[in-house]
Amino acid sequence: MAYSDKVIDHYSNPRNVGTLDKSKKNVGTGLVGAPECGDVMRLQIEVDEATNTITDAKFKTFGCGSAIASSSLATEWLKGKTVDEALSIDNMEIVEELALPPVKIHCSVLAEDAIKSAINDYRVKNGLPALEEAKSHH
Amino acid sequence: MLKLPIYLDNNATTPLDPRVLEAMMPYLTEVFGNAASRNHPFGWAAEEAVDYAREQIGQLISCDPKEIIFTSGATESDNLGIKGVFEMYSQKGNHIITATTEHKAVLDTCKHIEKLGGKVTYLPVNREGLISLTDLEAAMTPQTILVTIMYGNNETGTIQPIREIAAIAHKHGALFMTDGTQAVGKIPVDVQADGIDIMAFTAHKMYGPKGVGALYVRRKNPRVKVTAQMDGGGHERGMRSGTLNVPGIVGLGKACELARLEMATDTERLSKMRDRLESSLLELEESYVNGSREHRLPHVTNISFTYVEGEGLMMGVKDLAVSSGSACTSASLEPSYVLKALGLSDDLAHSSLRFGLSRFTTDEQINYAINHVKEAVTKLREMSPLWEMFKEGVDLSKIEWAEH
Repeated sequence: MAYSDKVIDHYSNPRNVGTLDKSKKNVGTGLVGAPECGDVMRLQIEVDEATNTITDAKFKTFGCGSAIASSSLATEWLKGKTVDEALSIDNMEIVEELALPPVKIHCSVLAEDAIKSAINDYRVKNGLPALEEAKSHH
Repeated sequence: MLKLPIYLDNNATTPLDPRVLEAMMPYLTEVFGNAASRNHPFGWAAEEAVDYAREQIGQLISCDPKEIIFTSGATESDNLGIKGVFEMYSQKGNHIITATTEHKAVLDTCKHIEKLGGKVTYLPVNREGLISLTDLEAAMTPQTILVTIMYGNNETGTIQPIREIAAIAHKHGALFMTDGTQAVGKIPVDVQADGIDIMAFTAHKMYGPKGVGALYVRRKNPRVKVTAQMDGGGHERGMRSGTLNVPGIVGLGKACELARLEMATDTERLSKMRDRLESSLLELEESYVNGSREHRLPHVTNISFTYVEGEGLMMGVKDLAVSSGSACTSASLEPSYVLKALGLSDDLAHSSLRFGLSRFTTDEQINYAINHVKEAVTKLREMSPLWEMFKEGVDLSKIEWAEH
């Protein structure tokens, strides 16, 4: 399969690979996917509680180049956004930015789920109500 | 300077040996006759070349030149062998025994036989990829007309106990066929000593051209016949009609001759190189060889690297032309059925790489491959949440994954 230049760039030079301390109250962790499906993404955000702004984001992904690129791109986009702004990231924006082919759209969906799951974890940790079930793609 | 990518997918196909091309050249140009033209020198020259190729093949697999039926390749040979026996021996019975790790050319032909009302037993294999002789013995019935088990597996290189299998088939009055595609030209295959009645093989896995293969069909003890699957001029003793592919056949013959003369030195060199590649890659933690290491083709290794995903891995080893146990070109992932038959989980099957070395593989290429794979696996594991969890001692099977 031919990958787009942007996918290759993110795959070769992934941004923000790593781990944040999940025990910290201002860190939200999302773990989505399943090994037998061939994709597992873990996306973490660190939030400045005073401004509700995401100050750091890290990911680790087990998956194909498109999955790695989708999560790498997501972490880039998350930094500097408020939590509310982050919630509005749509998987189709990732599809467009990375020029993902139809068979790889699920990678972008997974990245969006990972973002929402991380935000949800942050909210629950901080006594906020859990998000409504994220858009159902499944 | 090393040329990239490096070709290590020689179980898929091999490059044409220049000496084979040289032998073929005249038959692509001036010696163009139809081997079936009996009344002029053009035809005679073509026929002579074809007969010489039969001898070259016969010397490699220890058969009579007359026992060779030329085809378009191993897929056609597998089809002709299985369907041809099913039709020819329908009076005797309708049961065929094969194994779950066979090539699709055998498995799908057997599925076809089932649609025609035949009965097929698919023997399982153990963790090493070997069938059980006890299972085979138990599966034999008075209706069993054919046992067809491949010689060496295309994905793992595992070599089945051919002589023992043949003996069991014969004890019960059945014929024994083998798909020798990966084995012929690579390891000694002797149809007499091995007790093979029918064998499919092809030129392009042993440095010959694509589009030409053969079916060995025994003529004595017993005399085996297969019903033709293509109607026409009655070539190849009536078993396979169609004008002979003379240049291809000349190429197959030459490839067999070279294989016979160079097998010992090739095997020694390739198995050393393969072992070095394998042992170096096994230095990576949590990496495993798939299939038997004892009963194996000398130029093949298949290794799974846990906690890295197959397609990501393929992208990481872009300087190598290898195959993966993953066929995930679509959204639905299909791990290799051969590796799954060995008992591998889907994720281990996905994260496997198959290396097939050739006569033309160099030490320099292997050195590069070792470093390239090690770097890719290490990098992907640093990026893998599963690897991190494994390192922290998390039992991944206990996690409730959000199924996607």
